[in-house]
Amino acid sequence: MTTHTLGRPDFAVIAGWVEPGHRVLDLGCGDGTLLKHLIETRGVSGVGVEIDDANVLAAIKNGINIIQGNLEKGLDEFADQAFDHVVLSRTLQTVRHTEGILREMLRVGREAVVSFPNFAYWKNLRSVLDGRMPVSEDLPYEWYDSPNVRFFTLLDFEALCARMGLIIRERSVLDEEGNPVTCSADRDVNFLGSLAVYRLTQPR
Amino acid sequence: MSGHSVGAVESQRAHFDQPLHLRSGGILPAYDLVYETYGTLNAAKSNAILVCHALSGHHHVAGHYADQPDNIGWWDNIIGPGRPLDTERFFIVGLNNLGGCHGSTGPSSINPATGKQWGADFPIVAVNDWVHAQARLADRLGIDSWAAVMGGSLGGMQALRWSITYPERVRNAIVIAAAPKLSAQNIAFNDVARQAILTDPDFHGGNYYQHNTRPVRGLRLARMLGHITYLSDDQMGEKFGRELRNSAFSFGFDVEFEVESYLRYQGDKFAGYFDANTYLLMTKALDYFDPSREDDGDLNKTLARTKANFLIASFTTDWRFTPARSKEIVAALLAARRNVSYAEIDLNFGHDSFLMEDAQYHGVVDAYLRNIKL
Repeated sequence: MTTHTLGRPDFAVIAGWVEPGHRVLDLGCGDGTLLKHLIETRGVSGVGVEIDDANVLAAIKNGINIIQGNLEKGLDEFADQAFDHVVLSRTLQTVRHTEGILREMLRVGREAVVSFPNFAYWKNLRSVLDGRMPVSEDLPYEWYDSPNVRFFTLLDFEALCARMGLIIRERSVLDEEGNPVTCSADRDVNFLGSLAVYRLTQPR
Repeated sequence: MSGHSVGAVESQRAHFDQPLHLRSGGILPAYDLVYETYGTLNAAKSNAILVCHALSGHHHVAGHYADQPDNIGWWDNIIGPGRPLDTERFFIVGLNNLGGCHGSTGPSSINPATGKQWGADFPIVAVNDWVHAQARLADRLGIDSWAAVMGGSLGGMQALRWSITYPERVRNAIVIAAAPKLSAQNIAFNDVARQAILTDPDFHGGNYYQHNTRPVRGLRLARMLGHITYLSDDQMGEKFGRELRNSAFSFGFDVEFEVESYLRYQGDKFAGYFDANTYLLMTKALDYFDPSREDDGDLNKTLARTKANFLIASFTTDWRFTPARSKEIVAALLAARRNVSYAEIDLNFGHDSFLMEDAQYHGVVDAYLRNIKL
């Protein structure tokens, strides 16, 4: 479980949630590493969405079906319920229209898979208490060059899901080393988790 | 520029005796297609790429003629050893479409029934007719299925049409700066261009050849109008701004602003060699293009008949066929669960961007083609 898939511990979690033959949409897919991994190891079929030119080029080199576009503008080119899983891996914090993208994900997909860095991770909190914005494995940017525009915690996210009426089917929380956080109390998990991965659906 | 040119090339001619029944109801009893090839067809005949031309293009896609070193193919920058359409790997075919004026049978060819130039009697040709004619050329060359069919603008529409008409014969379709059908505005521009030609006193109902004249004024205006729509506002601003040829206003109607000079030059140049009847035919082919008509406008259903993998590309400053129009194709292909990638290239040359060399644009085409298994 602690194997770091290409340095991205959430990939292993996500790989465990998809099944062969599933259709996966990866939003903000970068160079397509996750999709390639899921296609090769889990036998899914996949499509990625990415805005950055260099990533689009890299994804095409990787043989990934990639659609260049801006997540902030919605997912108009995708039909309702076209995918089994819609993945937003470490990208939600860079999206301004948080509710909009979550709704779109669950429009085009049966299930949304969302991972994001947890601001309440104890090292992040300590860093802020020490007077500096956190820079870590999961938050690898300085405040002035960060693509992140939303800063939230695991509990914040769950509160939003509750407000939006989304169902949390599964939650996997990892520490900075990519190891699962095993305690059960929400407050402790929020404190010990560096990266959170969720499976969301909406009531039918 | 990466890679090399293919160097000196020669054009070839194929004659077809089998009548071609056209979408318009017309029949071409026999016809010629002029074409060029670059690279070598492999033993399995699996490495052929068809490059389709746009409104005013032709078969001379790459390289130059031995006796005309300055006559360089219109898409030379993308074809050659080490270029995205790598002639070390692929066998490239370019041709002049039916109705053209560069050697393939068209309105200025002799109508065998009358012994005179076809002129106004040349039947209206549709994109699908071109595809059928191209398929016969493929048969002649022994090519059962294309590794890729590609083109920009009207050429991209041919690539799309290929994937629908002959799904078994297209393994990849590369559709650049195109649209699934023209908008009212697109058709309107085309009609103004046609009206310029049709109302030229030298047009003679299309039979100007017999009058030893050509509707040069109309064709020139048509090209000037077209040219404006192929460029971007920004690019024209950067290139010409409000620059004057002389430093002061002349308060007259002669050429005054640099942009006027440029457009008139482009118009004159084009009207000097292009055939007005061909221009009319090509614009009508654009207007009629709408493969989804076969499915009551349901493009998803139409594209569900395709089997190819697709690369769709558009340009941010193209206002003739905007990125949104390309995304209509992408959406339908996604709905049909085809393999499709879409690149939106940030280039400043408007619709004409598809002819330009750009690292991202050519990089995407190169990367896509490299992953094609032959």
